Amino acid sequence: MSEPTVRTIEREELLVAETSEGEQELQRRSNTAVNELGREIGAVLRSNDLHIDPTSIDFDRQDDETMIINMGPSHPSTHGVLRLMLELDGEFVLRCKPVIGYLHTGMEKTAEELSFIQGAVNVTRMDYLSPVINELNYSMAIEKLLDIEIPERAVWIRMMMSELNRISSHLVWMATNGMDLGSTSMMIYGLRERELILAFFEKTAGLRMNLNYVRPGGVAADLPDGWKDDVTVICDTIDERTYEYDQLLTGQPIFRERMVGVAPITAEEALALSVTGPLLRSTGVAWDLRRTMPYLAYDQVEFDVIVGTYGDNFDRYAIRLNEIRESIRIVRQCVEMMPSGDYRSQDPKVTPPPRARIGESMEALIHHFKLFTEGFHVPVGEVYSAVESPRGEIGCYLVSDGGAKPYRLHVRGPSFVNLQAIPLLMRGGSVSDAITTVSTIDPVLGEVDR
Amino acid sequence: MISLSPLAPPGVRTSEGTAADLVCYPTRSQYFALVKSFKADAFEMCVDVCGVDYLHHLERPLPDGVEGTRFEVVTNLLSLSKRQRVRIRVQAGDDEPEVESLFALYSGVEAMEREAFDLFGIIFTNHPDLTRILMPEDWEGHPLRKDYGAGNVPVQFKEAPGPR
Repeated sequence: MSEPTVRTIEREELLVAETSEGEQELQRRSNTAVNELGREIGAVLRSNDLHIDPTSIDFDRQDDETMIINMGPSHPSTHGVLRLMLELDGEFVLRCKPVIGYLHTGMEKTAEELSFIQGAVNVTRMDYLSPVINELNYSMAIEKLLDIEIPERAVWIRMMMSELNRISSHLVWMATNGMDLGSTSMMIYGLRERELILAFFEKTAGLRMNLNYVRPGGVAADLPDGWKDDVTVICDTIDERTYEYDQLLTGQPIFRERMVGVAPITAEEALALSVTGPLLRSTGVAWDLRRTMPYLAYDQVEFDVIVGTYGDNFDRYAIRLNEIRESIRIVRQCVEMMPSGDYRSQDPKVTPPPRARIGESMEALIHHFKLFTEGFHVPVGEVYSAVESPRGEIGCYLVSDGGAKPYRLHVRGPSFVNLQAIPLLMRGGSVSDAITTVSTIDPVLGEVDR
Repeated sequence: MISLSPLAPPGVRTSEGTAADLVCYPTRSQYFALVKSFKADAFEMCVDVCGVDYLHHLERPLPDGVEGTRFEVVTNLLSLSKRQRVRIRVQAGDDEPEVESLFALYSGVEAMEREAFDLFGIIFTNHPDLTRILMPEDWEGHPLRKDYGAGNVPVQFKEAPGPR
């Protein structure tokens, strides 16, 4: 009798071949050069140059003592498609490397094919939790090149919408962070409160997310009737509920156990890694572009820049919770001080004529048609403009060649840069803390991969 | 107006940029020394590194004495203590763009330089891990180059049902 044949396929190798990212992945120690190893474990930050002493780190550790595992790309706590490769010694993380690009859709390339008016629709989808701030950043870069003034009311509307957006973004963070730590009720509460803000966005701009509300020259529409009441209700409700979050999380022993003292970072390390936002402020560096390099009318409102001391997960939690309260303060001042007037620039270069005039004036019709088919031309030049997003400094480097489309649009995503701190933060921590740490960095993968 | 530090290499061209920050135009050999002088001059953070492909604008306006090349690397430095920004535009070359990595000065440029390498093919020498970051490992070409030919290759949707 002949040997029975079994149909087999080299499934494992096929799977590896299909999913491997090759050199981008975390390599085994035996394949890692000493400089690279030093970078991955953060030793380069501690010494001043690349020549690290092989004896000062756990360099002689053998491959068979450790294990490299993947967390992600589709892990529920990675907030998108972030793949973390962790080198574990038992329960503890030795090295970690984020492998990104799973959500890369070439948005910077797309931006080169869209006119300046259409571009806002593109950038708003990058950091999908803070669309208004993306649009604001993009519009401000264009306005700097165009050298046009924005009416006072548009400035204040932009500021109020940015702050509402900051609140909603931090609320999502509170919700998902609670979820990552097993507090499912926080997930529900955070999204419930965010819904109030999204409903107001829908009333104002017509969409809940990806608003396309802030545009070069001002905003797309004036605030709806009764907006003061709506915004006041939002402020009162959320302000009150932040104290409920305090009761639910801040003093809760299990929550504190998971957060306090976990994944610390120092100010020097944060600066060296170009980290911005709550992650930088948690180390005690009071750097908030709204205060230190004011844009819009942030120099006319009162608010505090929240800083931490220890740079640990709990500081980052406390900063975000208190930033919600500070944003509410700013929104309340916006309601009080909102000037009247135009909500967009009356410069015909960027603003279409009013709808009513299109029906009666041939010139207005042509103007409208030209503006929306060809778009407006931006003078030759290049500019870098930055604003404070909920995650840090979001920057926009714009190169114009005098045409109606950007020649190059680069967005400096704060999440993209902040992700570099992950290997440093996770080193020496346990796997369960790795989840918390990713959460407190608050990456939005749409912005990381663009 | 910000001025160059006395430590800066001699002969670096500067201009005042849009939004009133200083723009420096070092050569490739001056680049690293210039950034080093800024770091010593309290520019604590390198916020951004990105590439630009000026394929269609090789004759763009630049200060006297700066010869424009196809690729440019744009670095934005930030001083937290002085609240100032500086932008450095280094002409990276035409066919084989290459500049020195700033990793030894600012560890935070690691991902940004990888991105510029991935999307433009600009080589950063002395970078510890110059691999693709956004595109898959086996991707051919560098997509943000102007001659990359986006839109020229029809996208096939294999799973799409036929006309009937």
